[in-house]
Amino acid sequence: MNRRVVITGMGAVTPVGIGVDAFWNSLLAGKNGIDRITLFDPCNLRSSLAGEVKDFDPEACQTAKDASHTDRSGQFAIAAAVEAVEQSGVVGTVDPWRAAVYFGSGVGGFETTEANCRKLIEKGARRVSPFFVPMMIANMPASMIAIRYDFRGQAIPAVTACTSGSHAIGEATRAIRHGYADVVVSGGCEAPIVEVGLAGFNAMKALATTDDPEEASLPFDKRRAGFVPAEGAGALVLEEYERAKARGAKIYGEIVGYGTTCDAYHITAPKPDGTGAGKAVALALEEAGWKPGERVYVNAHGTGTSLNDLAETLALKLAFGEKEANQLQISSTKSMTGHMLGAAGAVEAIVCAKALAENVMPPTINLLERDPECDLDYIPCVKREGTVDLAISNSFGFGGHNACVAIRRCE
Amino acid sequence: MMDTFQLVARGLACRLGLDAADIKAEDELLTLGIDSLDAAELLMELEDKLGVEIEQTKKLKTVGDVVAAIDEASE
Repeated sequence: MNRRVVITGMGAVTPVGIGVDAFWNSLLAGKNGIDRITLFDPCNLRSSLAGEVKDFDPEACQTAKDASHTDRSGQFAIAAAVEAVEQSGVVGTVDPWRAAVYFGSGVGGFETTEANCRKLIEKGARRVSPFFVPMMIANMPASMIAIRYDFRGQAIPAVTACTSGSHAIGEATRAIRHGYADVVVSGGCEAPIVEVGLAGFNAMKALATTDDPEEASLPFDKRRAGFVPAEGAGALVLEEYERAKARGAKIYGEIVGYGTTCDAYHITAPKPDGTGAGKAVALALEEAGWKPGERVYVNAHGTGTSLNDLAETLALKLAFGEKEANQLQISSTKSMTGHMLGAAGAVEAIVCAKALAENVMPPTINLLERDPECDLDYIPCVKREGTVDLAISNSFGFGGHNACVAIRRCE
Repeated sequence: MMDTFQLVARGLACRLGLDAADIKAEDELLTLGIDSLDAAELLMELEDKLGVEIEQTKKLKTVGDVVAAIDEASE
């Protein structure tokens, strides 16, 4: 069985806007969502910046009681899923046993974990919340979405660090393509702006340590010195094409390819020659039926770490060949959102769908100093208009996980 | 000073978005929308507030059961 898979709903909660329209308009305007951390006092950390979701009201989508028993990451997941599912109009049209949820998170309830560890140390074991475990476990966003919509097919998290969102979408696509589900809510969420989390990333020297938000997230720029952590969620309703068409659903794009590999090289560093990532991209291109000469937009993983951006550049050259790689139009929207970890692949797939729909590509902001080793076209500073035939979203994570999702307009 | 029943009723009302006056001792927790996790969390809050340790050996079915467990722990 090899069924077509289309997107019929999208939802986003991001540092540059809540809701897909606000998110997309901010990206096209080159808005920077990175600022000084407000969720806790970062005075003890070497890095003080993050992409926080502003003005988020969890009670817009959940009762006060449910929201208080949901980790911030899960609150974002619910909000993104509600936007996507309501837009899709799929509820009531699908057999609940044929509706699934594939939803990722790199960590799970980071804030909940930290808060309960503090309680354990300060007040003792009897003050650890009965909600600590259910709020913390990384599968809970998938479960909560299933509960909300009575979707009784498989509910499975992808927990592959910064690849989680892309893995969720890719595996959901395969589930529909091969007949295991007809509708899937897929995506990812993350809320890592907690002291212990950032202290850990700091210790790895993975984060940018500047205090200047305009010089912090610098994908592909020679000055890049680490990523900027961010939070949020992205959700996509994926649906088998014939049923979506039959019920008259609005279709926002078609998932035409997915490739995934593991570097099998190092627990955190990407393989420097880009072979693992390049193979994932090549597999997605093969499924997508890519042909030389097509106008391709790449939403890069582009974290702004020295190693990633170099390895990713090499990976694209391996997958497309040197000549075609030079024709690619690439941007890292992490220059604006920061790195939303397990949510990144999901919101960036939405960027790809929007770029295809509107034939405009968001920029890599603050890209001012070219790195001679990152020598492709990264759409510096301002958005670019132009026809897009194929869009791909790259995600690579600690553990050497690589995933690439390929999207076309549905024709 | 507020009696135990009032404290419990207020804690429940706050969780459920109800008026404390609408909660009766014979109301079952599950019927009110309070599951075992909610009940455990509520008891933890009341332990903090009252400075007692409530042993949860018995099954707490009604609001009255919660009040009795606290009163027992306070003796």
